[in-house]
Amino acid sequence: MNLFCVGISHHTANVETRERYAGAGPDTPLRQETGCTEVLVLETCNRVEIYGSAERPVATDEILRCLQSDRGTSEIENAAAFYRYDGEACAKHLFRVVAGLDSMVIGETEVLGQVKKAYAHARESGSAGPLLHRLFQRAFRVAKQVRSSTDITRGAVSVGSVAVELAVKIFGDLSKRSVLILGAGETSERTARALNSRGVTDIRVSNRSLERAESLAALVQGRAVSFQEWTAQCREIDILISSTSADEPLLTPAILAPMVRGRADRPLFIIDIAVPRDVAPEVNEMDGVYLYDIDSLQSIAEQSLAMRRQQVAAGEQIIAEHVADFCARFGSESVATAPSPGPRGLDEGAMRPSEL
Amino acid sequence: MERQLLLLSTLCFFVAVAHTLFALREGVFRPGRFNFFAIAAGFVLQTAFLSIRGHALGRCPLTNLFEVFVFLAWSVALIYLLIGPTYRLSLMGAFTAPLVFLIQTFALLAPIDIPHQVRMPPNPWLEFHASMSMIAYGAFALACVAGVMYLVQERQLKTHQLHSFFYHLPPLSNLFAAITRLLWLGFALYTAGLVSGFFTGGPLPRVKMICAFAVWLFYGAILQGRHLHRLAPKRIATLCVLAFSAAISVLWAINFVSQPRPM
Repeated sequence: MNLFCVGISHHTANVETRERYAGAGPDTPLRQETGCTEVLVLETCNRVEIYGSAERPVATDEILRCLQSDRGTSEIENAAAFYRYDGEACAKHLFRVVAGLDSMVIGETEVLGQVKKAYAHARESGSAGPLLHRLFQRAFRVAKQVRSSTDITRGAVSVGSVAVELAVKIFGDLSKRSVLILGAGETSERTARALNSRGVTDIRVSNRSLERAESLAALVQGRAVSFQEWTAQCREIDILISSTSADEPLLTPAILAPMVRGRADRPLFIIDIAVPRDVAPEVNEMDGVYLYDIDSLQSIAEQSLAMRRQQVAAGEQIIAEHVADFCARFGSESVATAPSPGPRGLDEGAMRPSEL
Repeated sequence: MERQLLLLSTLCFFVAVAHTLFALREGVFRPGRFNFFAIAAGFVLQTAFLSIRGHALGRCPLTNLFEVFVFLAWSVALIYLLIGPTYRLSLMGAFTAPLVFLIQTFALLAPIDIPHQVRMPPNPWLEFHASMSMIAYGAFALACVAGVMYLVQERQLKTHQLHSFFYHLPPLSNLFAAITRLLWLGFALYTAGLVSGFFTGGPLPRVKMICAFAVWLFYGAILQGRHLHRLAPKRIATLCVLAFSAAISVLWAINFVSQPRPM
């Protein structure tokens, strides 16, 4: 049995090219047209991949023709953007994909859900048979092991998610926490939405323009408060997201001290995403106050990404062990590297190292 | 035989410490079950040691400073095994193991295992008083451990330098809740231990009483500050560390039954 994967991803093509192949369609017609025994189509925003197995070698051209058939042209376009993995390399590639090692943001976990969905769809339609079943079940095990045995998914990698992660580290459960958004900017909105998705329900929005505050409050299911009231609100809230266009700091230790008096065991988390900054850096020296500006949030996101990159080698090691075991278990006839049927320069030897 | 059990137990705690240090050095620290099982194994061996020693003495093995330290290490391990998993503080094992290892190593190395010439008759009140006070020390030790974890995390949050370790620490609020519960537990047990001391029937040594009450007052003041919201969590965490350091440094003075008194 020849196991293979043909695909296009963010490593090999830009979004314009990738989107032409999005909606590759159901697995069954592809299986019938190419004569494959099993076929599974995986589509995410970063990749379109066809996993298949066949009694005879299936040329990449045949797969590409099927993918492009709905465009009414027999000419194969963007052939150079497609990669092909056979046998063992196919298993290794899939394991890297599900573990998030091949993703644009290393260690992201969304791809696992997308692969599971594609697999469930192929199972329902009957286009995934025993070999793909074993391969994908093993892939899910690999993803779980890589996630649990390494720090590949640790740490947030965007400003909004870093802010949420820090809030969780300070407060634990966020559902009973109150947030005040000062200044209705786009990043504030994204951060508030991220907090909202983690259970925060008490969101207050204050802006010089009450109208703008009301519209943002409606978007994040919060309530608008007058800009004159924001200092009074600081006594009640747990998280302050500030992004006004003020030229001078709105919050200094002198202004904040009376607000935090009497809340000794209630920390205050301040996210200052304004440039110039709304909150004086000295505020961070105050007991129970944690101040993060845009640079520190970005720096943490970069640290997390660097930490994830450091974990890639450990993930690759786990994958190599599983690939070897999978190949040993299911026999060379199923997953051994089959000779490529010679598509236009798309055999495995033509792969870029980055794809592997 | 009994000393070998204690040596093996110390080795278990050392393995837990070495495992944590190695993981930290490699930058791949993960709070797994390893520390929990290493501490559990150490605890079983400690229990076996105390049981053999207790049978030999015919009473609770708290007759000299050596036994007091081993009993203290046993109490710390016991409280960790009871509350660590309950409050999802598995990482606490990484902090608990070094503390137990240090206490036990000191007990083994210092020339403090001096048997008493006079064999004392069993006194249930005295044994209750001593064992309650030691278990209370175990709770205070764990509060100190949670305090260190709080301070480590607080520092990382303040300096914005987040080590891989940071991601495995429980949230500050959960740690603070654990500190508060441990303080209350320790305080209640310590109070019970103190009160029972008055029923032992013997004369009450002044130095021991002063030291014991000083420790009680210190923890009482911390709890009062917590109850009245007068102290910030960081200060309470710092005070937990200071209070336990003070309590352990006066342990020689409240070495309950080391100076046996005729009943």
